[in-house]
Amino acid sequence: MKINEKLVKKIALLARLNLSKDEEPNLTKGFFQTIQTINGLLGIEVNNIEPIYQTTQLENVFREDKVEKDRTLSHEALSQAKKTYQGYFVVDQILEED
Amino acid sequence: MTYQPIIGIEIHVQLKTASKMFCGCKNYPFGAKKPNFYTCPVCLGLPGALPVPNKKAIEWTIALGLALKCQINSLSKFDRKHYFYPDLPKGYQISQYDSPFCFNGKVTTSQGEVSIRRIHLEEDTGKLIHASVNGKKVTLIDFNRSGVPLIEIVSEPQIHSPAQAKECAKKIFQIIRYLNLSDADMEKGQLRLEANVSLRPKNRQDLPNYKVELKNINSFRFLEKAIETEIKRQTEILLQGKTPVQETRGYNAEKNLTYPQRSKEEAADYRYFPEPDIPPIRISSQWLESIKNSLPLDYETLLASWEKSYRVEKHLVSLLFDTHHQAAWLEKLFQKAKRLGIEVRRLVNFLANKKIKVNLFAHEEPQKILDLFHEQTQTISIEVEELERAIDQVIKHNPQAVADFRKGKKNVLNFLLGQTLKLLGKKVDPKQIIKLINEKIS
Amino acid sequence: MGLRLTLKKAIELLDNKEISLKEIYQDLFEKYSQENNQYNIYLSVNKNSFSEAQTKKDKPLRGLPIAVKDNILTLGLPATASSNILRNYWPQYEATVTKRIKEAGGVVFGKTNLDAWAHGSSTETSDFGPTKNPRNPQYSPGGSSGGSAAAVAADMAIASLGTETAGSIRQPAAWCGVVGLKPTYGRVSRYGIIAMGSSLDCPGPITKTVEDSAILLQLIAGKDNFDATTSSHPVPDYQKNLKKGVKNFKIGICYIDHPQLSQTLAAKATLKAGKIFECLGAEVEIIKTSTQLQKNRILTHEYAISVYTIVQRAEVSSNLARYDGIRYGQSREFFGHEAKNRIILGTFILSKGYAEKYYLLAQKVRRLYVENFKQLFSKYDLLISPASPSFALPLGSSANNPMFGELQDMLVEPSSLAGICGLSIPMFLDEKTNLYLGLNIMGNYFQEEKILQAGWVFEQTTDWNSWKN
Repeated sequence: MKINEKLVKKIALLARLNLSKDEEPNLTKGFFQTIQTINGLLGIEVNNIEPIYQTTQLENVFREDKVEKDRTLSHEALSQAKKTYQGYFVVDQILEED
Repeated sequence: MTYQPIIGIEIHVQLKTASKMFCGCKNYPFGAKKPNFYTCPVCLGLPGALPVPNKKAIEWTIALGLALKCQINSLSKFDRKHYFYPDLPKGYQISQYDSPFCFNGKVTTSQGEVSIRRIHLEEDTGKLIHASVNGKKVTLIDFNRSGVPLIEIVSEPQIHSPAQAKECAKKIFQIIRYLNLSDADMEKGQLRLEANVSLRPKNRQDLPNYKVELKNINSFRFLEKAIETEIKRQTEILLQGKTPVQETRGYNAEKNLTYPQRSKEEAADYRYFPEPDIPPIRISSQWLESIKNSLPLDYETLLASWEKSYRVEKHLVSLLFDTHHQAAWLEKLFQKAKRLGIEVRRLVNFLANKKIKVNLFAHEEPQKILDLFHEQTQTISIEVEELERAIDQVIKHNPQAVADFRKGKKNVLNFLLGQTLKLLGKKVDPKQIIKLINEKIS
Repeated sequence: MGLRLTLKKAIELLDNKEISLKEIYQDLFEKYSQENNQYNIYLSVNKNSFSEAQTKKDKPLRGLPIAVKDNILTLGLPATASSNILRNYWPQYEATVTKRIKEAGGVVFGKTNLDAWAHGSSTETSDFGPTKNPRNPQYSPGGSSGGSAAAVAADMAIASLGTETAGSIRQPAAWCGVVGLKPTYGRVSRYGIIAMGSSLDCPGPITKTVEDSAILLQLIAGKDNFDATTSSHPVPDYQKNLKKGVKNFKIGICYIDHPQLSQTLAAKATLKAGKIFECLGAEVEIIKTSTQLQKNRILTHEYAISVYTIVQRAEVSSNLARYDGIRYGQSREFFGHEAKNRIILGTFILSKGYAEKYYLLAQKVRRLYVENFKQLFSKYDLLISPASPSFALPLGSSANNPMFGELQDMLVEPSSLAGICGLSIPMFLDEKTNLYLGLNIMGNYFQEEKILQAGWVFEQTTDWNSWKN
């Protein structure tokens, strides 16, 4: 893998970030530095070690299948949106699937 | 060169739990008064909101897995699947990646067994509506559907004909309905069908190096037709010595053709990782046992047992019910009929012919159905002389019909039968009448 | 000079009718209007706070004002996470922690500055400008809960809430010379807190005294049905054993033999803190640092920097995916430099071909830290270390260092990765600069009681805390 602006741009696209020309060099530099640091981990011996994703040791935390109205937003759902129309959120037209 | 189709199917089904998958919002996207009515911080993906999984949805997924003869993962988890689309409020869908609740199941079709690779549970997305507002083309978003529990069933690519694909999908649908996990109404999008199709030379055993995903299929019939037409398309390409492009294609039922769909993301890289907000799920043998115990008698076993004890035809009796509750009601009806000396086989034929589905009357007493059966099938025996007189008269008054019959128009018989019954004004066994007319005019 | 009240003191004075809520709020508002421009601590204040307080006089917190980090959603005030994306975001619901504070008679006085999205350890990545350290305005207050720590240090709050992913409570508390408590992961609900690193995030109190931390923790700790990662482990009465001291506690001193640290003032002050605990009846030992998982050794913090960076960046890239500007906030182009940095790295780490190399590896090494602490806590009641390797750094130090935060927080990252609890209390004052060093007291899972106990007796025995009593 070659770390360059092209790679950073490609990742940015995957993350839906539009980078401006002038921020690319700086982000690439930061990306490079960080990768260098974390590469320090690559030699470490972890054979037979199970990864751990959560530290709580909790299992099987569920909710019962009950309708709960306390948190329903209904009218407030749209209160922070830039564009709405008759109760819908609105975005510029995206590709129609047919 | 001949080719063998390699087909796999994917089925998405919305579960009809009372509440959504990860929040307590009502799971009722079609009953909502307004768009975005059944939404909360969780299913709207507000900052800081956290998911808590619905236990029943998990149990139902496992129940379906058991009904489809799956193995159940004793330790499972949810994962985040990332992509950007306006109907996906968090920028990721909570789904299951490498430890689905169920794996390694099977469905038996008339053309052989089809393995089920996996069944996993995830959340549905919001709904997009394309519209024009003030002359501007826009997309409207409704999150009432966001967070509805959604099961995904994936088969192995072991299906080898469009008809088998249809049969397999239908079987799975029947079992879902039987377990009463979903209404699976395709028009409402509660059940969604997808297929992946590729072709390989008859003499080869390995999987082709491409596959085409088919989407936008909204009935079982269209599943069959879409695969048929896609096979034709791919055959033509292969015969030209080319390889079909690996892509996603939609199906246009009106024109009966498939067309390329642009994929949602330029290069899909879902960046799965374990959902840190939800602790893992351990399915103990005790829990599994209790889910097993809550299952009704296996669908196929039930049909087989009815076939054995009542001599009913499986395909006919299966038309009479959807859910296991209805099946239980039918069982009561059959037992009662048997006690009364009614032939269950005839009863089933009658109900199937009349297209009477049990769900239309399942709240009624079985006796009502038996009364209806009696009323509509009871025939009066009459003297042969009286019958012959009536038939003679009908023949006399309908010379044209008789002439037509003699020219080979056999369906005229039904007309003559109707005329005879009318003249008699009694419900006489139609078979007996037809036999007599036939003898007289042949 | 102001009232300089602690929660404990304020409750006492109110109960004895020696002070009124009105005086308390007047004092705060005065302080706010005089000094907020100078330090840039509050992003918004609750103008109705006093009238809200009036209705809560009979509740445990008596209507007292609490400052809240601005990544916590509270009704009636914007929640910006110090980001341009959420500049005008008015939350539609209330976080569990503030809900509990409000129900207990607390009032959200205002929302405090932080590094944008809590990304950083200086508050300098805030899209609304850095906060200055009230102890010395040439210096950073640390971060990301810099505003909450500064509010308390400046007496612009009686107590505050912060959040920590790794160091974001303890490091600013150390740099501002106040008390910061990072509870066990899962002890306090994250519901309604703008997620940063979901498997690490933990809200906690930043206060003037250890006792105040105990008071606030009592109110916010416990199972929350809206956060599946909260524990139903019983919440003890944190004040009950608070003053029992550390007699017979076994305490291990960590990291001070590491070459990065051994010659520092922080290491020396920690050793001295160990001596103090010894005088108080504890058995204190230095634990050797090891580059491998070894019995009775502390695993070096060096790997933790990488593990933490990987896990946190991955989770950040995921958690920030929801900000698309459709349902709330501005579109993604409004992300600042640091957020973009982290999103890009996190996206890369999770992408095809690299998830195994980095993400999976990091989670394996993470287990080594969990195992390491598990073993050490079978021997020790508490572990201590410096909260941060240095005093507060001058404003501007974080510029152009994409790993600034990780380096400042390196000594608390292992404990955050393991999810155990930690308390930072002042342990040294440099009189020339008026800046503090913090002592990090770490306890096993759900042992908040013990770290508070040790913190309290240390605070009482030493002279660093000017608010005690």
